[in-house]
Amino acid sequence: MKPEGKKRIWAEYQKEIPDDHFFYVRSCIRQTFFAGSEQYFLKILRDDLGKDVFEDPRHTTCTGIGYHGDVVPFETIQAVVARHFALATEAGYRHIAISCVTSFGIYSEILETWKHFPETLERTREDLYKATGRTFEVPETISHTSDIIYKFRDQIARKAKYNLVDINTGKPLKVVEHIGCHYSKMFPKYGVGGAEFPHVLVGMVEAWGGDIIDYPERRHCCGFGFRQYLVQANRGYSLFASRKKFESMEPYRPDMIIANCPGCTMFMDRWQYTIREIDGITYGADGQGIPVLTYEEVAGLILGYNPWELGLQYHNVQSLPLLRRMGIKADPSERFLAKDGSRLPEPANLING
Amino acid sequence: MSIAQSNKFGFTINRSRLIDYDSSDRKVREFITLKEPSFRLCFACGGCTATCTAGQHTSFNLRRMNTYIRRGEIEPLREEVKRCMLCGKCLLVCPRGVNTRNVVAAAADAIGKLERNEL
Repeated sequence: MKPEGKKRIWAEYQKEIPDDHFFYVRSCIRQTFFAGSEQYFLKILRDDLGKDVFEDPRHTTCTGIGYHGDVVPFETIQAVVARHFALATEAGYRHIAISCVTSFGIYSEILETWKHFPETLERTREDLYKATGRTFEVPETISHTSDIIYKFRDQIARKAKYNLVDINTGKPLKVVEHIGCHYSKMFPKYGVGGAEFPHVLVGMVEAWGGDIIDYPERRHCCGFGFRQYLVQANRGYSLFASRKKFESMEPYRPDMIIANCPGCTMFMDRWQYTIREIDGITYGADGQGIPVLTYEEVAGLILGYNPWELGLQYHNVQSLPLLRRMGIKADPSERFLAKDGSRLPEPANLING
Repeated sequence: MSIAQSNKFGFTINRSRLIDYDSSDRKVREFITLKEPSFRLCFACGGCTATCTAGQHTSFNLRRMNTYIRRGEIEPLREEVKRCMLCGKCLLVCPRGVNTRNVVAAAADAIGKLERNEL
């Protein structure tokens, strides 16, 4: 195929990711379960890459969980998101960096609704003005924070202190990448590589020296699904979907899973404990579990940050064997030590803890 | 899974609804087809089920049984086959002339042989 033809075919799978000046919107779940990830996203962007990222303390939840749980109407969530845009407009930012895949899906859905039904945009402007007296500009771009790390993956690789390579064998680590459904399955044009060829995590892993595992259920949902976990009796569906993925990836002996969605990271991590309790199966080499990390945690490890400051100890599946394979020296006795020397609360039922 | 474990979480792991044809057990289907070759002619119209007396009083469904046999789902077939009274009304309505009563008898035979490890 001629290069220009190939370029044209792949053009619709590309995404414009801005280079600087981001308005950062946080994730409810990630702040709670993987707080180190958000902190280190800011640190890597500001300190390692010298970028301008602005945070407004008045930013709130996007109410996405309530929206998908049928308790928040679409008009309400449009007004909430419009308020976030108003905060960005007031601060002079036109590029939104979104930490959560659920929020990213919500923002995409709302922007597309406004584009195709302009009257809804006018209605939202009116609602927001009546409720808060604010006005807003529709942002120029929205990027998921994994898009931004993806854009700067080569710069991060150039500063790398470690690689995704097993120091004992010299071979690349085998990595499972998992993309959140709401990242690009709903609105493919907002994701790098669209819904068919999402390249956002593959690009990072390959740039940092790892090998990607292509397994049969690679694009299957993790099972998070809001209606599935909100109703306790339905959680069996969620658990089943995760188990289906684990059983599909298990023969390829993955060293780790990297995910870009807060729900996927949490559920694929926590369900490994639940499956162990119910079925007595622990996945991964020698029954050590498969660590599930966020892309910021992996970027932080590559850049040589302390794994315990990145928050790896607060995952259900502990990462010590993985760290040893990568050649990262981390003292397990310091896992739950705070900076002032006091003991942090230690989670129960850790796998490989 | 024990009840105690179920109570611990309040839910369990749901069973798959996926039918994997690669791993399905074809033994019963092959046995029935050998004993009653007209089984191949069935096109699942459901006439047998509509006229079935047992089906009026129980959950017996000959068309569903047919599907179980073709999919190799032995466990549900084991229960289903016990419900037929072998009255033969289904034989009279079958537009393809399948000897449905013999299919059920052959299925019951196959299940018995499976249990005795003779299949």
